[in-house]
Amino acid sequence: MPTTPPAKRPPPATLLYVNVVVVATCGLVYELLAATMGSYLLGDSIMQFSLVIGLYLSAMGVGAWASRHLDGNLARRFIDVELAVALVGGLSAPILFLAFAEVQRFQVVLLGFVFAIGTLVGLELPLLMRILQGEVAFKDLISRVLSLDYAGALLASLLFPLVFVPELGLLRTSLVIGLGNAAVGLWGTWLLADQIGNVTWVRVRAVVVVGILGVGLLFSTRLTEWSEDRLYADEIVYAKTTPYQRIVVTRSPSGFQLFLNGNLQFASADEYRYHEALVHPAMMAAHDAGRGPRRVLILGGGDGLAAREVLAHPSVEAVTLVDLDPAMTRLGQRFAPLAELNRQALNDPRVTIVNDDAMVWLGSAPSGWDVVIVDFPDPNGFGLGKLYTRHFYQLLASRLAPDGAVAVQATSPLFARKSFWCIVQTMRSAGFTVAPYHVAVPSFGVWGFALARRKPFTPPTAAPAVVARRFLDGEAMAAMFRFPADMSEVEVEINQLDNQMLVRYYESEWRRWQ
Amino acid sequence: MTPSRRDLVAWLLGAPLALAACRGGGRVRVPDGELLTPGKAAGHRLRDAASAGGDVRVPDHRWRRTEVVVIGGGVAGLAAAWWLDRAGVRDLLVLELDRVPGGTAQAGASAVTPYPWGAHYVVAPMRHQTAMLALLDELGALDGVDDHGEPVVAEALRVRELEERVFYLGRWYEGQYLQAGATARDHAQLARFRAEIDRWVAWRDGRGRRAFALPAAAGSDDAAVTALDRISFAAWLGERGLTSSRLRWLADYACRDDYGLLAADTSAWAGVAYFASRLARPGAEHQPVVTWPDGNGALVAHLAGRLGDRVLLEHAVAEVRLAPYAPSPSTPPLRGVAQDQLESNGAGVEVIVHTASGPIGIRARRAIVAVPGFVAGRIVAPLRAGVRVPPTIDRGAWAVANLHLDSRLRARPGDAPLAWDNVLHDSPSLGYVVATHQRGRDHGPTVLTWYYPFTGDAAAARRELDGATREDWAEIALTDLARAHPDLRPRCRRIDVAYWGHGMPRPRVGAVFDPALALARTPLGPIHMAGSELSGVALFEEALDHGVRAADEVRAALVGPA
Repeated sequence: MPTTPPAKRPPPATLLYVNVVVVATCGLVYELLAATMGSYLLGDSIMQFSLVIGLYLSAMGVGAWASRHLDGNLARRFIDVELAVALVGGLSAPILFLAFAEVQRFQVVLLGFVFAIGTLVGLELPLLMRILQGEVAFKDLISRVLSLDYAGALLASLLFPLVFVPELGLLRTSLVIGLGNAAVGLWGTWLLADQIGNVTWVRVRAVVVVGILGVGLLFSTRLTEWSEDRLYADEIVYAKTTPYQRIVVTRSPSGFQLFLNGNLQFASADEYRYHEALVHPAMMAAHDAGRGPRRVLILGGGDGLAAREVLAHPSVEAVTLVDLDPAMTRLGQRFAPLAELNRQALNDPRVTIVNDDAMVWLGSAPSGWDVVIVDFPDPNGFGLGKLYTRHFYQLLASRLAPDGAVAVQATSPLFARKSFWCIVQTMRSAGFTVAPYHVAVPSFGVWGFALARRKPFTPPTAAPAVVARRFLDGEAMAAMFRFPADMSEVEVEINQLDNQMLVRYYESEWRRWQ
Repeated sequence: MTPSRRDLVAWLLGAPLALAACRGGGRVRVPDGELLTPGKAAGHRLRDAASAGGDVRVPDHRWRRTEVVVIGGGVAGLAAAWWLDRAGVRDLLVLELDRVPGGTAQAGASAVTPYPWGAHYVVAPMRHQTAMLALLDELGALDGVDDHGEPVVAEALRVRELEERVFYLGRWYEGQYLQAGATARDHAQLARFRAEIDRWVAWRDGRGRRAFALPAAAGSDDAAVTALDRISFAAWLGERGLTSSRLRWLADYACRDDYGLLAADTSAWAGVAYFASRLARPGAEHQPVVTWPDGNGALVAHLAGRLGDRVLLEHAVAEVRLAPYAPSPSTPPLRGVAQDQLESNGAGVEVIVHTASGPIGIRARRAIVAVPGFVAGRIVAPLRAGVRVPPTIDRGAWAVANLHLDSRLRARPGDAPLAWDNVLHDSPSLGYVVATHQRGRDHGPTVLTWYYPFTGDAAAARRELDGATREDWAEIALTDLARAHPDLRPRCRRIDVAYWGHGMPRPRVGAVFDPALALARTPLGPIHMAGSELSGVALFEEALDHGVRAADEVRAALVGPA
């Protein structure tokens, strides 16, 4: 009977209903994943959930509408759709995480994924219902499929927050759910074998998709290193891995925060305390030359916040800012919330930006700087520790104008007392007269600095004559230079390139607080 | 027959790695680069010409005169000339076979950084090391004295932390001695070894000299010290019950690093000296290591720079003879001839030199021969005539590869960070040093200098290794380092290789206090001897010391009745 199609045995309907539950659960999880990642990576969760749900549901409508154009071998179509959902949906979270660091318009990519998944998911139930059509009465079909669909949705909405996210994280949830769809597809090649016809080729495709997702699952641990699933308390609004560091900006109700390699650099809510304390004492100390400081060097400080305080002094003619990472200074120039916070300091015509290692740069740098602001991350490794050595400070002293002043961020004299005094004593050993001081920055706790000059001096006691100051008045200035007993000077070794004592102190001291 | 690359990798690194490296037929592509074989071609040409017995005739107009001629522009020769120049003897010439000065301390440079081709550090000098201190002082590298009155080398030149780390079973650990997993017995043996070393650090002979010092000549030749030269370092450890595998590894590594030998073949004198000569006092930290991005190339550049155009490159010396010096064929060989007889024979020296434009002759009042003994034995006429028994000096073969990386190798969390000296615990190589480390560049492109000392029989090594191509060496270096750095190959843009067939003298048992070696240091009339091998060990400090000693001999002779 060559021309007669093979007799179609009815597919076992009960088993197909299981597919409905799985498909429905998976579909809703993709939606939740996309919405969570949107609010997690871009912030503004109301907007993200609203956008994702709306677009997803309408895309399902597009899929349902388009299903009428799918004819021919319905069983094969259904399995193809399942495999497509498995690939696009299953890989959505890994691809979105990778894209986030690299892509400019992430929101567009995210919504593109939402639309594609929604459309594919929208195809699923109409196709399944057409396969089941004729097996049961229409009213029973509708009632069973839709009730199972809604039950699947409930299952998904419970599993997602209670099991998937806490146990698997976003990346692996995405891959596991993709495997769910792929499994439905693969299983379908047996379940619907009689309707498919030539099953082998379809089955091979299903196996390949399962393989791809399985490999993805194996590598998901490494992918997770890219994401900061558990690291940050607040929504991430910017993240980039550069050759030098991992830059992350988060947003909280009080403002936004910058992290380098997971360490908080500033919080917009209280950074003014830190930066006013860092900059103005040195600017005041260099004042006694009879004129205000004109040439200022900032080492580190790619966020531009120290530069903002420096530029508030009208005497300043030229600022050179040396920061290792071009991505950091670009952020300070172009990332709108930060450029606003630093009052466009890095786009100021008086500012020259150099992207180089500060010690290497200083070795061939011009001298005669009136003020040098040293604002490096804490010395938590040898690469940073070298920027706190006697050699570095000697180099710094040789580049400073005779009447110049230096201010150095010097970790916390309370949490890392030895580290703080190690920086102070190392600067003294390089020939500086040093006046240590400290200030309370709520985000950090008590924070310490070292004000230094090449000749003996008394620390400033007056308020800086700048308009935009919020914290540092005359009394605050005087109070900063007084050290209570629990932060008073301790005997430490000098930090040198070949002993890196500071890194050792710092590691042992911060370990106690973690 | 030239061995295949797989054979070479198997031989030099072990069979498992060879299989890993050479899967797919062994034709793995390696990055571009070039092979340096310093002095090899010119040296072998000279050797073959000499054995062919050709007599070089120099036309009269191609003779020139100088007060002192120095043969060999390695560290000893440059140091001799530099010391003479400091003393006001300016009329001198240094003749170097190679295209660049420095011998095994030469360096290269890329757009990213200078890097070493051989010796890459010196030990911070103690106050008795006058010449070394004078050299560092000229470089502006000294920074006063410490509480004990010992000189302090400037911070920027002392090797920066992290100084060294070691790769073992998939992880990097700080330091060279493998602390991780060491048992109480390992620790006890290490402490006992240190106590033995400290005993020698405190030891003084009847004349108040240290047992072990840098240079070796500043140490004692008391029988208690010289006795150590008669046994191997491994035997010395064994006699003291020091059998901890970690300690033995450290001993082997020290010997391979400084001497190109295993502890079992190294004189115990040299083994103990490696540790004891670097301690100022018992219990002290070892003297700081002093280094530059280009290794000792920085010192060579300073010495050669000061001498300027008095260093003549690509000048291959074929003959150094006393003038007039005409032993008649009937007279018996000069073996055993008294020193004063030679002196009366030689009113000066004549040197025959091959240059690109043909042979030239140089007449000088004094010569300093600062070339390896196996070369001196061929070109110095009295030595060739067999005037004295030559010491047996074994020179080892080395390969050095400079790997140019376009970005930094990935670091795993928890691993010790990249150090200056990075050692693979289970490799016969010495690991690598990082050229950008001392400069403070911690990101971006860099150059890794990989060292491989061939610890076996040197002649056999030369037979097998002389045919190895640059690609072979590049593959060996990559295979060796890739086990610690899986991302090395894609980051590696270029690999240059230097092969030192006669790398450096090796202090085998009995080599250091060989009476023939002591005799080899004494002048042959107006011909004075320098070269690091005259100490039996090859260190910058030894080369400097022999150069300076020879220069002092020459100066004394010149100011005396000449």
